[in-house]
Amino acid sequence: MHYCGDFRTSYEKDIEVLQTPTAKIGVVSFLLFLLIWPYLVKGEYLWIVMQILIATVGAVGLNILTGFTGQISLGQGAFLGVGAYTTAYITAKMGLSFWVGVPAAGIVTALTGMVFGIPSLRLKGLYLAIATLASQFILEWIFLRWEPVTGGSYGIVIQRPSLGGFVFDSDRSYYYLVLAITAGMVLFAVNLVRTKTGRAFMAVRDHYISAEIMGINIFRYRILSFGISSFYAGVAGALYGHSLKFVSSEQFNIEVSIVYLAMIIIGGLGSILGSIYGAVFMILLPKLLTVFTTKLSTVWPDASQITSSIEHGIFGLIIVLFLIFEPDGVAHRWKMIKAYWKLYPFSY
Amino acid sequence: MTTQYLLQLFISGLVIGSIYSAVALGFVIIYKATRVVNFAQGEFLMVGAYICYAFLVQMHVPFWAALALTILFQIVLAVVIERLILRPMIGEPIISIIMVTIGLSLVLRSLVAMVWKTDILVYEPKLFPQETVSMAGVPVSLEFIWCFILSMVLLAVFSVFFKYSKEGVAMRAAAFNQQVAQSMGISVKMIFALSWIISAVVSGIGGVLIGNINGISNSLYHFGLKVFPATILGGLDSILGAALGGIIIGILENLSDGLFKAYLDLSGVKEVAPFVVLVVILMIKPYGLFGTKEIERV
Repeated sequence: MHYCGDFRTSYEKDIEVLQTPTAKIGVVSFLLFLLIWPYLVKGEYLWIVMQILIATVGAVGLNILTGFTGQISLGQGAFLGVGAYTTAYITAKMGLSFWVGVPAAGIVTALTGMVFGIPSLRLKGLYLAIATLASQFILEWIFLRWEPVTGGSYGIVIQRPSLGGFVFDSDRSYYYLVLAITAGMVLFAVNLVRTKTGRAFMAVRDHYISAEIMGINIFRYRILSFGISSFYAGVAGALYGHSLKFVSSEQFNIEVSIVYLAMIIIGGLGSILGSIYGAVFMILLPKLLTVFTTKLSTVWPDASQITSSIEHGIFGLIIVLFLIFEPDGVAHRWKMIKAYWKLYPFSY
Repeated sequence: MTTQYLLQLFISGLVIGSIYSAVALGFVIIYKATRVVNFAQGEFLMVGAYICYAFLVQMHVPFWAALALTILFQIVLAVVIERLILRPMIGEPIISIIMVTIGLSLVLRSLVAMVWKTDILVYEPKLFPQETVSMAGVPVSLEFIWCFILSMVLLAVFSVFFKYSKEGVAMRAAAFNQQVAQSMGISVKMIFALSWIISAVVSGIGGVLIGNINGISNSLYHFGLKVFPATILGGLDSILGAALGGIIIGILENLSDGLFKAYLDLSGVKEVAPFVVLVVILMIKPYGLFGTKEIERV
């Protein structure tokens, strides 16, 4: 949104990603903060931020599909799994390096996503949501049963990557690797939504019949959207697998898909920044809930048996309350707050 | 592999399928009237089973009274959920509605686990006689037969209700066109509440029936997931389709499970077969057997 007094004098200025000095300072200082974070904290806190960065990749991918193209996917968890298993197979069983494994994970997942996206030619909205739900269950079943490749219920142990002689063995070094990949992928997504492809996605989302009339090949862009989104999911899954050094089927169940959908809804559909807010919120929430339930079980000892149920319940309640009271997500609310102060005290 | 074994699989599939039908019926009623996709349908079934357990076993109420109280509870639950959670969501995009019912399902599951913990519970005394009878040379438990008969009665009652009663006709009118229905003096708000009530009650009774056979546990909500293959097969907005789809899916998953186990030594096909069917149907006949086709041309 552009306000009075916000002048541009050249096209270069008009197409900048960060248009105001405040935004530039904000992003740069945020990146600096992420860079020095591993030297400020240790252990758990570093781990949490690393998981947030990985989740950001997955959430941005899902937002491209659901937020920008309007295709609801309940299969993001399984697509993360496809990525993780691909890199696990390539690095642990074929003996190739991480630098082959992660791009391959992205590509294999993109292809898988495109196959499961084929029904989107004829289906939309609810039907597509159900089709992707089915893909979640089918893929989950394959993870568990295709033992020669996935290791079945034992899973696969994988290693952290190495480059030249250097091994990204510590969480700190792996954190920097994840940060670099995440930053690159977020930047790509920010630019993608401003290109012809991104605008076509939004046209398909807003009114696909009009989009088709204007010469946008709906099927092509829907499949492309599935492909890009699944590529992100695959990379996120691969990074997640290497961070845990272990891949097994229960890490990628339907709950993961729900968490990712919750991320983009709470963060804001159709907003890259919103995906980041959502990832932060959804990764921190379980940690906070664990703190809460451990406190609770000291007061009410019976609760210790069912802590995970209580956590799930509160998690569900937060989703419900968010949707009722803040249906457009955090990114939208933040925009409103900014707009309010920008025009203060003459907000008309 | 004998015909007897196949017949056994077929019959247990039929019984499980009849429960799927009841849950699918509840799902379709809500979808038809309010266009809400209820991902918490399986939780309604689970809550119904547990509430009946509470009355029957924990409070020693006779069965018929326990069932009546369960129905009453389901009605209250449905009204509360409809009024507090779904009413504010009217007009929101479909993804928000999907998400809100998923959130609701997590909350219901958690509440059940908080009250009854996570052990498997059984109804005591059993509702139905435990003897087995022989049908075409196959021993069949009387429980199964009762369960099947009761769910068929349930489906029949609601088909008649929709076809002939005043409320049923009003519900169909509201599903067809809400504005016209409203201008004809039908309270669409009432219809929304009524469809949630019917859905919760039907699923709750289904929960009581299945809980009687298999025992009740926290994994009962899995029945809700089978609603999707059943309703997609039958057509999302067809009540007859839901009934048939549920039974077909029940039989199919049992038969495929038995066959794959016997011939390919592959277990666990039960969990995935309905969803493979679902994807295939979506590819070749997306509106199912009896669903309304939506035709759009550019």
